[in-house]
Amino acid sequence: MKLTKKDVLHVAKLAKLSLSPSEISTFEKQLSDVVSYVSELSEVDTRDVEPTSQTTGLTNVFREDSEEGESLSTEKALSGTEKIHNNYFVVPQVITKEK
Amino acid sequence: MEIPLTISSTQEALKRKKIKAVELVDAYLARINSLNSRLNCFLTVSEESAYTKARKVDKLIEDFKEKAFDDYPLLGTCVSYKDLFLTEGIRTTAGSKVLESFVPAYSATYVDRVNKAGGITLGKTNCDAWAHGASGENSDFGPTKNPWNLDYVPGGSSSGSAASVASNLTLWASGTDTGGSIRQPANFCGVVGFKPTYGAVSRYGVVAMASSLDSMGHFTKCVDDAERIFNVTKGEDGKDGTVKNAKFTMPNARLRLGIPEEYFIGGIDKEVEENVRKAAKVFESEGIELVKVSLPHTKYAISVYYIIQPAEVSSNLGRYDGIRYGNQRESFGEEAKRRIMLGTYVLSAGYYDAYYLKAMQVRSKIIQDFEMAFKKVDLIIAPVSPTPAFKLGQKASDPLQMYLADILTVAGNLAGIPGLALPSGFTKAGLPLGFQLLGPRFSEYVLFELGKLYERAVDYKPNVREI
Repeated sequence: MKLTKKDVLHVAKLAKLSLSPSEISTFEKQLSDVVSYVSELSEVDTRDVEPTSQTTGLTNVFREDSEEGESLSTEKALSGTEKIHNNYFVVPQVITKEK
Repeated sequence: MEIPLTISSTQEALKRKKIKAVELVDAYLARINSLNSRLNCFLTVSEESAYTKARKVDKLIEDFKEKAFDDYPLLGTCVSYKDLFLTEGIRTTAGSKVLESFVPAYSATYVDRVNKAGGITLGKTNCDAWAHGASGENSDFGPTKNPWNLDYVPGGSSSGSAASVASNLTLWASGTDTGGSIRQPANFCGVVGFKPTYGAVSRYGVVAMASSLDSMGHFTKCVDDAERIFNVTKGEDGKDGTVKNAKFTMPNARLRLGIPEEYFIGGIDKEVEENVRKAAKVFESEGIELVKVSLPHTKYAISVYYIIQPAEVSSNLGRYDGIRYGNQRESFGEEAKRRIMLGTYVLSAGYYDAYYLKAMQVRSKIIQDFEMAFKKVDLIIAPVSPTPAFKLGQKASDPLQMYLADILTVAGNLAGIPGLALPSGFTKAGLPLGFQLLGPRFSEYVLFELGKLYERAVDYKPNVREI
C-alpha cells in the first residue's frame, strides 16, 4: 500500500493541518510504511465477527434531565483566551462576502 | 532527613510526629531542584500550592491525630501528575506547545479525588506530547532521561511520572495508559505501574488520546500503594459515562497463573525472557499453579492498535483550534501530526471498511482470546516490553520501529483489562527488568494480591536511584 503526495495533501486538508514540503515527503513514506504494515489484518478471517467499539458493555448511560451540579462561570470559561468580545469567543471569519 | 518511600511508612512517620508534611515538601522540592535539570521529569513545579496544602495537612494531623488518616486516606502523600491531567490553576501542557500556556479552569476527577483524600500536589510531569510515544522523546519540551542511565529513555508516554518516582522526586505519580504508557515506563524505570480496567476510573478532565482505550492509573514504589490510591480514584463520578461501580473479583484461595506462549516468541531479549520465567517460578514456589495459555491473535494487536488509536486521536485532536484556549494547529509537533494524518486517512471515505471496521472486528477476536484464557486461569504473566530501556535516539527516526515497542502491552488496552507492572531485578548492564500481570476486567484486587505475594516472596524493597 503506497500513499501518493496527492493522498497526503488531501488528508492534511481534511485534518486542517498545513504541512511543509519536507513533511509532505516524509509522511508520504512513513504513512505508507505504517499502512502497509497494518494491512496484514486482511489475512484474519472476520466473517460474522461483530466489531468492538468499546469494552464496557454499557449502552446509553443517562442522567436525570434536571438542572444539577456546578458549571463553569463565564469568567472561567473564557479564561483560556484573550480574544473575547462582549463575553463571547471571537472566531475567525468563515464566510466571505460575495464580490 | 530520610524520605519514607511508601504511603504506609510516610503516614506512620506523620502520625508519630517524626516528620511534618511541610518538611516532606521541603525534601522533595530540594531533590527536584537539584536533579530535575538533568532528568527533565517536571514541566511545572507547584511549590506555593504544595506548601499551602502541606500546612493544611499538618493542621489536620495536629487537630484530629490518627483519625485524620481514616477520613483522608492519602493524607500527606506527595504526588506529581502526568501533564495530561487538568489541575485547576496549575498549567497543563499535555507535553505539547499547543497548550504551552494553558491554565485549566477545573481539575480532573482523578485529581479532585486525590486532593480531597489529602494528597499534596508537587507539580506536573513531562510526557510524550498528547501521550504519543514509547520513549518520552516526543515531548515538545525535551526528552526525560532514565534515572538508571541518563543515556537511555525512561519509556513513555508517562515518562516524567515514572522517572520521578524512580528517582524519588515524588512519593507517587499519576499516569495514563492507552497502549502501555504506564506499564512500559514503569518497567524501564524499575517502579510499580498500575493500569486499571477501562471504565474503573473516570477519564473526566484528562486530555483525551484514544477514548476507547485511555485508562487512568499510577506509579508507586510498592503494590500496597497502588491499591490504596486505586481505592480513592475508582468509581462513578457522573461525568464519564463509561465508568461503572463494578463488582470486583476477589482472590480465590487457589490461583492459577497463565503463561501465554505468544508473548515469548521472536525478538524477546534473553535477559527479559529469563527474568519473567524466573518470576513465574517464584509464584510457583508460592503454591500458584502455572498453566500454558494461548492468545493466538496477539500478533495482530499492533496493527489493530495503530488503526483504532490514530483514528480516535485524529478525532480527539480535532478540537484544538486555538480559539477557546491554546495555540493554533501549526503548533502540533511531528508525531501528533503523523497520528492525525494516519487516523484521518483510515477513517476517510473509501478506507473505513478496509481499515477501521476490520480493526474493530479483529479487536473482538483479541478480546475472545483473553476470555478463553481467563476460563482456564485467574491471571496472566508476561513481559512488558521485548527489551529493557533503549538508548535515546535509537528509534527516533523510524516511527514503525517505535510503534513496535508497544507489542506486548497494547492487547491489554484493546481488551480493556487491568494490568500491573512489577520490577524484578536488573540487567547485567544495570537497567531495570520486570514483568506484568494481566487479569479479566475488574480483577484489580486479584492483581494486587498476587503482586503483594510476589513482593513478600522475594523480600522486595523499593529501589531509589541516586544520581
